[in-house]
Amino acid sequence: MTFQQFSLSNDVRNLASASRLGIFPIILLTILIFLIPAFSFAQADSDPSANSYFRADRINALIAMVLFSVVILIYTRWAKAGKDLFIRKINGLDEVEEAVGRATEMGRPVLFVPGIGEIDEIETIAGVSILGRVARITARYETPLLVPVRYPMVLAAGQEVVQQAYIEEGKADSYDKDIVRYVAGEQFAFTATVNGFMMRERPATNIYMGAFFAESLLLAETGNAAGSIQIAGTAQPAQLPFFIAACDYTLMGEELYAASAYLSREPLLLGGLKGQDWMKVLIIILIFLGIMLVSAGVSDWYLSMFESV
Amino acid sequence: MSLIEYTQIWLEAFVTLSLFSFLYKDNPCYKITEHVFAGLSAGYYFGLIWHAVILQQMIDPMFDNGKWWLFIPGILGVLMFSRFSQKYSWISRLSLAFVMGNTAGIFLLSELHGKVLPQMQSTMLSLGFENGLGSFVLAVIVVAGVISTLTYFYFSREHKGLLGGVARVGIWFIMISFGAHFGYTVMARISLLIGRVQFLYFDWIGSIINLFS
Repeated sequence: MTFQQFSLSNDVRNLASASRLGIFPIILLTILIFLIPAFSFAQADSDPSANSYFRADRINALIAMVLFSVVILIYTRWAKAGKDLFIRKINGLDEVEEAVGRATEMGRPVLFVPGIGEIDEIETIAGVSILGRVARITARYETPLLVPVRYPMVLAAGQEVVQQAYIEEGKADSYDKDIVRYVAGEQFAFTATVNGFMMRERPATNIYMGAFFAESLLLAETGNAAGSIQIAGTAQPAQLPFFIAACDYTLMGEELYAASAYLSREPLLLGGLKGQDWMKVLIIILIFLGIMLVSAGVSDWYLSMFESV
Repeated sequence: MSLIEYTQIWLEAFVTLSLFSFLYKDNPCYKITEHVFAGLSAGYYFGLIWHAVILQQMIDPMFDNGKWWLFIPGILGVLMFSRFSQKYSWISRLSLAFVMGNTAGIFLLSELHGKVLPQMQSTMLSLGFENGLGSFVLAVIVVAGVISTLTYFYFSREHKGLLGGVARVGIWFIMISFGAHFGYTVMARISLLIGRVQFLYFDWIGSIINLFS
């Protein structure tokens, strides 16, 4: 089972294929399943604070979510049908394979840190997803890989993903459970241990992908001092400047989320990425429309559509 | 000053200097501190999770308040122990899938409501002069910053021509924001360093002077 197979979207995809009816009946069914109980239990009083099953004041988010999901499913379908979905070059990601190749040539390990966040942070999930792609490359070249983690759930997810990568590359025998290892629960105890590892083992390549906080510069500077090639990616705006200063390549914000789709070219992930792009275009159009209405002084009804409660 | 206070200050000073010694190179003092730190944190987190999560959020509400349904997350937690078995380790994937699926769903809604919609609303500013030149300039900067930054993160086209130009403006906005973040965070770190130096100067060296005077 790959990491992507954990997602519900994959189950929907399989269900759609099996039904021979395509993805649209599934979308309609999902909406119906959602709406029937919602309307059944909706209270006549539209007081937002009421203990209602349907929050009428959040209808804007529902519309956005349904729209977003439909767009992603359409793009996923196109990607599966073999339509060429273009993604522009993302510099840092093109260097991942080269950096692992360098480690192989030097006979030194690759260090991958999937952030210090729990598995219930979306950045950590993105980091673990990229770990799967990196593990495939290290398995292919038989390069030693080490993945220190801070939380037991990330340990479990990381082990699953790395094991799957080794199996897919036909190197199941080379897989060692200790590739992914629990280090410490405390932020700076984790950092001190990883820093110590960097100075002792001198990994040729350090890859940091996930949620990083105050330890970002400590890790990146130590890796720099150890002479490693470093590729980092995080969506934490306060930590990105440190990675940019101390790493060779940095993925900023959404580039981190785009990374797994870019590396794998899997239809499910490509569909997600293209769907997000489509939503960005829609957001820009809606903002321009809003600016025109606000400038014309007739915007109250329009702005109320973007109220968040 | 009591013996316990002396011991505490000297231990703190040893740990602080050991960690600073890493700036020179890896050494036995750093290794000792690193391993003690990692070991202590493992023990501390075990105690913390036992009391703050298992007892306070599961066992006590189940038995004291009759929230019997909390046994469901409890079972999901217990399933993680199946990882110790080669044969049944797949069962732990159920818990993982539950957490990951939930995360994606909750994150989507919270981001939409907490960030995307408020950001969109705040960007819809009047580009007129009714509030003066200052407001107009500010509105132009906000609108240009949001649109160009969004454009930079558009992956479906090569950044060439007009799109490339707008994306380049976006990267300027991003870098200016990073510069501000960098300065702010460095100042915060400097204050941490000052705190440590003050401890070494006043408390530790103070304790040495106190000892010999």
